[in-house]
Amino acid sequence: MLEVSALAAARGDRVLFAGLDFSVPAGGLLQVTGRNGTGKTTLLRVLARLARPESGEVRWKGTPVDELGDEYFADLCYLGHAPAIKDDLTARENLAISAGIAGVTVDAAAIGAALAEVGLTGREMLPGRVLSQGQRRRVALAQLYLGSRKLWLLDEPLAALDTEAADAFIARLGRHLHDGGVAVVATHHAIEPAAPATLHQLRLGGAR
Amino acid sequence: MSFNWCLTPISVLRRDLLLTLRRPAELMTTLFFFIIVVSLFPLGIGPQPELLREIAPGVLWVAALLASLLALPRLFAADHADGTLEQLALAPQPLSLIVFAKLVAHWLTTGLPLTLLAPLIALQFDLPASATWVLVGSLALGTPIFGAIGAVGAALTLGLRGGGVLTAVLVLPLYIPALIFGAGAVEATLGGLDAGGHLSLLAALTVFTLTFAPWAAAAAVRISLD
Amino acid sequence: MAIHWFKYASPASFYGLAGPMIPWFAGAAVVTTLLGLYIGLVLAPTDFQQGDSYRIIYIHVPAAWMGMFTYLVMAGWAAAGLVFNTRLSGMMVQALAPTGALFTFIALWTGAFWGRPTWGAYWVWDARLTSTLILLFLYIGYMALRASIDDPRRADRAGALLTLVGVVNIPIIYFSVKWWNTLHQGASVKPGSSSMATVMLTGMLVMAFAAWMYTIAISLARVRSIIVEREQHSAWVGELLVAEETAGTSGDVQRSKGETAR
Repeated sequence: MLEVSALAAARGDRVLFAGLDFSVPAGGLLQVTGRNGTGKTTLLRVLARLARPESGEVRWKGTPVDELGDEYFADLCYLGHAPAIKDDLTARENLAISAGIAGVTVDAAAIGAALAEVGLTGREMLPGRVLSQGQRRRVALAQLYLGSRKLWLLDEPLAALDTEAADAFIARLGRHLHDGGVAVVATHHAIEPAAPATLHQLRLGGAR
Repeated sequence: MSFNWCLTPISVLRRDLLLTLRRPAELMTTLFFFIIVVSLFPLGIGPQPELLREIAPGVLWVAALLASLLALPRLFAADHADGTLEQLALAPQPLSLIVFAKLVAHWLTTGLPLTLLAPLIALQFDLPASATWVLVGSLALGTPIFGAIGAVGAALTLGLRGGGVLTAVLVLPLYIPALIFGAGAVEATLGGLDAGGHLSLLAALTVFTLTFAPWAAAAAVRISLD
Repeated sequence: MAIHWFKYASPASFYGLAGPMIPWFAGAAVVTTLLGLYIGLVLAPTDFQQGDSYRIIYIHVPAAWMGMFTYLVMAGWAAAGLVFNTRLSGMMVQALAPTGALFTFIALWTGAFWGRPTWGAYWVWDARLTSTLILLFLYIGYMALRASIDDPRRADRAGALLTLVGVVNIPIIYFSVKWWNTLHQGASVKPGSSSMATVMLTGMLVMAFAAWMYTIAISLARVRSIIVEREQHSAWVGELLVAEETAGTSGDVQRSKGETAR
């Protein structure tokens, strides 16, 4: 479903990676590893069309993403380092608004269910500023569970999560893949969801 | 799953208004800045009513312009810092539409309060009623321009050192036409002339700016995120 | 797909193309400046109204033209850069900006010198002077924006967008300032207005041509420095450095690297 050919990206005048080719089929998980500064975040941002590649092409369902435009964004959910949580809004409001921004129509019950899934039941009305780092991350992850977006691009999704929350997330990721979704995850931790269709490893910065 | 094309812009508009409501101090600071700057002029120049009436259009307009300028970081900086701006750029709607929604929210919480406050402050300058009305009208037409052009500057300087001052250097020259037509309208009324010409030109400028600036600001946001 | 126009849009080929052109444009600039100054200061008669002070127009008017025109050229490169995503375009905009700002500043300065004997003041809020001042602000804005962005590619694209926003606004600014000016004071004496002797016009046009040649020469030289600085990690610059060093003419590249490194 997600194909990448001859992709190259640079930060400033430093080339991070070049000639990258891979394809992830439906139900596939691509785990991107590599040391700090090898371009994991940049790769995810290029895949999300937030950053421009030096050269090469990203295709989704066979069409270059530059041609797909908003159609691609409708299929995509990207979680970066910053969890995009507003201090002055409650967990529930934060989640409702991120769904609204992503163009996903949801009702109050769906939001409650998503927050329950990340273990925040009873904390829905707490403002963002009193949530811990891990709880903010959970709110951010909860937006993956709203709507049914096919492509998850996740940058260190397990950062600041406790073991229990991490396990719950990995189980949920397994179901997403089982339902034919695609995920690209940049992480230091090993992620082994229950029997994904295909599990690829991509190690950046290995050569050179 | 059904997509609603206006869901994203409306969510953004509601969110920005809600955030301002939760933290009204920022809005209040902008308004107080406006009041204080305007009050400095009589203290610096002297309290002669004739002189004050003559400088009032320029002083009120420049003060409103500076207050709008100070409010510009509110547009994108917080969203940029907490990652929300990336999510906005990834929304399945044109980013220019989202920027437009942010501009509407920004105007409702900056330009509109400044416009409504202006007649009160105009009392300090003994402005006649006719000129005060033109002042309100011209500010209502002109303040959206400050937000819209300012959005381009604010987006270009996201995450840079000295972003605030840099934004000022970038956008102040571009504010000049709005200042000329806006302050000119009030001045014309004071001089017993018809302000219609000035106001029409200002309105044309507003329409023109609101057509193109959201598009340019959206491009600037993408450049700054890259 | 392979349009050979784009061959010279690659910084490496442009570096080679621009080098031999610089002496020609620089030489033309020197010759035409000398010729223009000779026409303007020796051949041209004294103006019966303004006396000899009018002779500043041989600097002032070409500088004002060049200041305005350079911004248009920058906008052209900026548009090309954003549309075709060529690396060279941003470098050209960067190379042109200081020269445009310099000419705009010269236009303002000489305008003030001319204004003192003519209007009795160094500065009057004349529509043209005011517009030129705002143009200088636009140049300064561009350079300030560039200077505060570390990533050169972001600086290219941000600067290009700002230049385009500026160029769209220039007619609006010019019109509004003119409108403001006519409301606040009557029409003023303008340099170079009314009928002008042919020899005066010739001198001015020759000087304008000299300004063109100077701008082309200096911005080509500057863009070569920028190219070497930006591509210093690439293979071709490495080869270039080695080649120049073995040929014993390392001074050129080394110096330009030193200049741009600040």
